[in-house]
Amino acid sequence: MSRFLLNRLGQSIVLLLIVSVITFFLINLAPGGPSAAMRMDASEAERQAIITQLGLDEPVVVRYAQWLGSAVTGDFGVSFSTSEPVLERILSRIPYTIELTLFTILFAVSFGILFGIISAVKRGSLRDHAINFISVIGLSIPAFWLGLMLILLFSVQLGWLPSSGVGADARGENFSLLGWLSYLFMPVLILSTTILPNIVRFTRSSMLEVVNQNYIRTVRAKGAKERYVIYVHALKNALIPVVSIIGVLIPRLLSGAVITEAIFGWPGIGSLIIQAAQGRDYPLVMGVTMFVTIVVIVCNLLVDLVYSKIDPRVKNV
Amino acid sequence: MMKSASTLIDTVPTPKQKQVKSTVFSRLRKNNIAFAAFLFIIALHLLVFIGPLIWRVSPEALTTHGALTGWSLQTPMGTDEIGRDVLARILHGGRVTLLVGLTSMLFSVFLGVVVGACAGFFNKVVESILMRITEAMMAIPNFFFVLVALTVLGTSPVMVVIVIAVSSWMEIARVVYGETLKWKQYEFVEAANAAGASPLRILIRYVIPQIYPSIIVAGTLCIAWAILTESAISYLGLGIQPPTPTWGNMLQNAQQYIWTAPILGILPGVAITLIVLAYNFLGDGLRDALDPKVVRKK
Repeated sequence: MSRFLLNRLGQSIVLLLIVSVITFFLINLAPGGPSAAMRMDASEAERQAIITQLGLDEPVVVRYAQWLGSAVTGDFGVSFSTSEPVLERILSRIPYTIELTLFTILFAVSFGILFGIISAVKRGSLRDHAINFISVIGLSIPAFWLGLMLILLFSVQLGWLPSSGVGADARGENFSLLGWLSYLFMPVLILSTTILPNIVRFTRSSMLEVVNQNYIRTVRAKGAKERYVIYVHALKNALIPVVSIIGVLIPRLLSGAVITEAIFGWPGIGSLIIQAAQGRDYPLVMGVTMFVTIVVIVCNLLVDLVYSKIDPRVKNV
Repeated sequence: MMKSASTLIDTVPTPKQKQVKSTVFSRLRKNNIAFAAFLFIIALHLLVFIGPLIWRVSPEALTTHGALTGWSLQTPMGTDEIGRDVLARILHGGRVTLLVGLTSMLFSVFLGVVVGACAGFFNKVVESILMRITEAMMAIPNFFFVLVALTVLGTSPVMVVIVIAVSSWMEIARVVYGETLKWKQYEFVEAANAAGASPLRILIRYVIPQIYPSIIVAGTLCIAWAILTESAISYLGLGIQPPTPTWGNMLQNAQQYIWTAPILGILPGVAITLIVLAYNFLGDGLRDALDPKVVRKK
């Protein structure tokens, strides 16, 4: 078990190194990277200041080594635009993204599994076709456009929900559950469309595989009620592979968070990367990208661990 | 010896390809939704590529009818916020959007096949290097990579296509990698090897053709993904820049005019949804049609 963990940990570190190399060299060697600051309209003194601040007089490999050296100690440099440490800016935004993504996972997983089961149990029925059709539509609608349409409906026309923000007035001292949820509802719904269809489809196929197995036939032959067969015996095994798809969907979820946060003005890590990219705040861009990759890799590691716990077959891999 | 090896090569499933193709097509035709999607895709491509030859209004020039007019005979879909003809913009925007989808798919399939096939076919060193890079790219949330790359590389149409492709080849590479590992163990590969074919020739002539079905399915879904990504980065202002219209960047300003001219926001969104939906349905249909394991009901 610990050997498995150690092995995966080593692989994760190699992955992180590759990601940091790709991102760092992409940013620093591209024509529009930090070196572009040199061509801007700046006085000689300003130019010199930029060069020394960014260390542009050093070769890019040396700069990478320096960046890596401080990054492992948690120092991702200083943001250009606000002069705060990059890590501090990331940490101040991260609670909002965690809030958004956790609720989305909760929502998408519970409804995804439910619809997946219905679809598999009633295979070939109208309900199955309807669920399948809606899943494909969910995969096909541009999330930002669906967001705009929802704002149009719920905020502009009906006036039921706020169109953007996190609802600072509904938090803190005069906390109101309804107020808080009203801000959360549309972002969670939109972000769910990026992962819900996959969970539905995956649960459906996993469930179909399980219900055709012999032990299910045995349970049925013993005369167990259908509800009991499905929700107790079949579901237990059908859900094992679903755990693994959640790991795969984490990068998708974070990608979706960028768009969702942009639509609803949600001050999380997604709007931070947009801000950083538009402001050409390179240390921040680099820091945020590394940060989300670490999140993805750690989540995948956790999913693997859980998987090896619940599926005895992969224990010794 | 050579002769027996080459007769063995003839047992490669390729000679039957024509028959397979017709089976696939007839299977696809029996799948109503997928076949409808297929026809819709063809119709839409014809519309946006032939349409502008008939409706010869420039998508970038201002009309004389003013801004935000409703529909009329001269401007069947009205004009946009600065008075350009919406029908012309939809048609020309469709050209750009569909071309971005197709070219990104081709480039991404190319990358995926090269990386996946080489990783599966050649030695352990190549394999571990290529697969580690693939995994690393998969670990970066797609959209963060696209945002960063487009900021530093610029937003010319070619760059948009390249960046979308570079952010989406990994899934294809993994599929091709798995299939290559499987197919390279077959006897016909051994036979080709015995007949003296070079590794590259074996890979291209004998292994990769076996993977075509998976590549076609992945490619179809990849177009859908590319169109969605293009529209999303356009919304953030990092896609192909106006005045060149795309369905994505037509939505960029639509939010402000959603009340005065709702069609501006609805039309491109519906167009994107429909084409992506059609490609997704076609991809699913092809997956069933190309998979020999799926036994048709009835």
